[in-house]
Amino acid sequence: MTSVDITAAIDAAPVPTPTFWRRARASRSLMIGVAIVGLIVLAAILAPVISPYPPDQQDLYHILGGISSKHLLGTDDLGRDELSRLIYGARTDILVGVLAIVFPFCFGTMMGTIAGYYGGRIDSVIMRVVDVVIAFPFYVLVIALVFVVGPGIRGIFVAFAVADWVVYARAIRSATLVVRESNYVAAAQAGGLSDARILRRHVLPNTIAQAIVYAMSDIVLVIVAVVTLGYLGLGVQPPTADWGSMISAGQDYLTTNWMLSTLPGIAVVITGLGLSLIGDGLADVLRPE
Amino acid sequence: MLRYTARRLAAAFFVAFGVTVATFLLLHLAPGDPARVVLGERASPQALAALRHQWGLDSSLGSQFTRYLDGLAHGNLGTSFINKTSTSSLIRDRIGVSAALVALATVFAVIITVPLASFAAVRKDRAADHIVRALSVAGIGFPAFWFGIVLIEVFALRVHAFPVGGWGSSTETHLRSLVLPALTAAFAIVPILVRSLRVGMIEVFNADFVATLRSKGLGERRVLAHVMRNALIPTLTLLGINVAYLIGSTVVIERVFDLNGLGSLLLTAISQRDFPVVQSVTLVLAIGVVIVNFLTDVIAAELDPRIRLE
Amino acid sequence: MSAVAVDTVLSVRDVTVSVLRGDVRHTAVDAVSFDVPAGRALGLVGESGSGKSLTLRALMSLLPPAARLEAGSVHLAGDELPRGVKQVRRALRGRMAMIFQDPLSALDPVQAVGNQIAEVPRRVHGRSRRQSWERAVELLRLVGIPDAPRRAHAYPHELSGGMRQRVVIAIALATEPSVLLCDEPTTALDVTVQAQVLELLDDLRSRLQLAIVFVSHDLAVIRQLCEDVCVMYTGRLVETGRTIEVLERPLHPYTLGLLDAIIDLDDPVGAPQPIPGALPELERLPGGCTFHPRCFLATEECTTTVPELSPARGAAPDRASACIHRDRLISP
Repeated sequence: MTSVDITAAIDAAPVPTPTFWRRARASRSLMIGVAIVGLIVLAAILAPVISPYPPDQQDLYHILGGISSKHLLGTDDLGRDELSRLIYGARTDILVGVLAIVFPFCFGTMMGTIAGYYGGRIDSVIMRVVDVVIAFPFYVLVIALVFVVGPGIRGIFVAFAVADWVVYARAIRSATLVVRESNYVAAAQAGGLSDARILRRHVLPNTIAQAIVYAMSDIVLVIVAVVTLGYLGLGVQPPTADWGSMISAGQDYLTTNWMLSTLPGIAVVITGLGLSLIGDGLADVLRPE
Repeated sequence: MLRYTARRLAAAFFVAFGVTVATFLLLHLAPGDPARVVLGERASPQALAALRHQWGLDSSLGSQFTRYLDGLAHGNLGTSFINKTSTSSLIRDRIGVSAALVALATVFAVIITVPLASFAAVRKDRAADHIVRALSVAGIGFPAFWFGIVLIEVFALRVHAFPVGGWGSSTETHLRSLVLPALTAAFAIVPILVRSLRVGMIEVFNADFVATLRSKGLGERRVLAHVMRNALIPTLTLLGINVAYLIGSTVVIERVFDLNGLGSLLLTAISQRDFPVVQSVTLVLAIGVVIVNFLTDVIAAELDPRIRLE
Repeated sequence: MSAVAVDTVLSVRDVTVSVLRGDVRHTAVDAVSFDVPAGRALGLVGESGSGKSLTLRALMSLLPPAARLEAGSVHLAGDELPRGVKQVRRALRGRMAMIFQDPLSALDPVQAVGNQIAEVPRRVHGRSRRQSWERAVELLRLVGIPDAPRRAHAYPHELSGGMRQRVVIAIALATEPSVLLCDEPTTALDVTVQAQVLELLDDLRSRLQLAIVFVSHDLAVIRQLCEDVCVMYTGRLVETGRTIEVLERPLHPYTLGLLDAIIDLDDPVGAPQPIPGALPELERLPGGCTFHPRCFLATEECTTTVPELSPARGAAPDRASACIHRDRLISP
């Protein structure tokens, strides 16, 4: 350790470097993913501006209409414009999806870091809890929690807060275990830095990359879950436009207006594709050469 | 090997107990009054209290839990608030459907994943590989239930090959009505399995021992068999996790295809606030996951002796 | 290069390998030729990145995906090896075997070592299961593993590094080859174990009359095992000849540099002199003689002409050097 420049080790905190941006631009998956997601997010933000109709405006004289000049993608069983509902659905589902992983991300990362860094009893306890939560089939847990808290957006947030943090904890714990053995952490410890400082400047910047990459694919799963809950009637409540409840409502009309169920699903798939591409691209870019 | 199995078994029991406690706590923290749901909004306070007393909901949480554990030990899972029938009989009637669904879905998943991943791995970076990879990436974002609806649309309504839903009355109709749901469930997990197996195989292909295998003079097919055996192991663990996920997604799939399994029982019980049923079904499903994880661990250790050292 | 001698088992002519970096193909091995008679060991020495491993892998058609054999021919006991990968492998069965640097990654982690050896007699030679297992135990004994019948049931991770390497050798011998290619098999081992493995290889060489090609960056190891040596730099042969002669009277400044760079136990006071400069990258090879930027003998001519490997005057026919100023290295 004598040959290690301790001051240098203490001050070295990895940050996104210029090489990061260069590699990011070179990654085709990342760029395509960002383009797709960017477009959808833009549409969602501009929803009030670009939707031809308000999403809950009913027109009971024109229910279940097909493609027409007034309704580009037809109308649903209450005469609401399908296109507008699709756009507003993007707003709801993506927003809820992204917000829902904030707590699991933060809490899971924190738990994983503590478990990995301190080891011993703390690690055992945390990992036992993780094992029990993981033992619950995901949807069973989510539905049971929605049962406890009540349906709607609040239920969704609570359900994911409890069910989703565990995968972050596990991944971060593995990454932390690796980082814990590295030289610069040992140098920092020898230099007498406080644990909090070591965790913040040396451990976390190196492990967080994994969590971010995972978060991308997690958002996809969460959005699918939000949509699924909507389908079951346990998620976003009507009349708020949500792709899941749109698919559910359309299932009765498969033979006549198959578009009502199919289009929202395609929207989910495309959004998922974009996010997965971002996740893959990021994983490639962040991987050490 | 025996010691490893014993260790995993102990861990499984521990987790099972944790799950039992968690399920119990989860439900007794629920807002809403089951008694009111059964007796209606206009029931008198005395009637509500009497019903609650009958169900044992007014004693302390601790004694309720002890009574629950006691019941479990004797195979008694409580009585449904709504139906007045024993929960275990309700579960027994439906567990076959769910188990068959999960089993068939797993079989489909394996049959689809292995050839697809090998195909892509062997033709790495060529057109076929890119197509498989693109499909895997896209597939992760597929909501399973929507895919099920699409399958119904195409294969049941247009082509009449399979029933739109329901369970049917004979073994033959049972199997036919399981095909589309099992396919739907399988497609939910195939993308992630294909990705993992493909990467695993590519990594193994580049490993030195493959060069050794080739320099032994073995045919390419035997080399592939060895590569597969090595690459399969991490994906096997992933399969275990995904089958666990499958068990949970039966809840949704049974709703799409109108099947009478544990999943739809759970959904109905939840909307009716039927405590004992929700509690027991959740427990059964979670125990199913514990069993699957245990089996996966043991099989993986059997295949890869290095795991036994953990 | 002289005409092929009668008892030459392995004859390599003008093997050229290119490597894809980014979008451009670069030459990583440039027209390498050598012959190895039965029962002799030839060392292929050079720094990491000199192309020696690629050369061996090219002979076995085990090149990594980014590399490609551009030209060259290989003859085994007079028969030319065909070019297509599948045909080469079939032709190689039982004639040429290879052992690798890291025995742990060279062995299948999920199979018992006995099975890995037995697979050759079983699948390639068609023997029965019992015969194959017996052959495997026999080979384990041949490579010096104690308690062979019991050890055959062990998994690679249960064995020590030295034993694993012996297992790798046993697997190679199972194909009953006449040529054994060794890609730095002792680099990952402790010095004492290294010596044992080298001794084993030497023993097998003379007992089984194996032709051995031994790749290493370690001159001491080469000196211990190989009667002949070829020195490689940036994919080209720069000097060849009997090991004793090359190491005591080098005819190329690079070889001289390598010798000066190691500590001489006979003269411990003299400090090792590293060769100035660094090994050039594949994409930026100097023109003319690629060694000229680091060479104390370099002249204007060295920057423009690529020197050919040519025999030394008045020396044995296999003694050759690729330096136009070699005469300056011969002490009067």
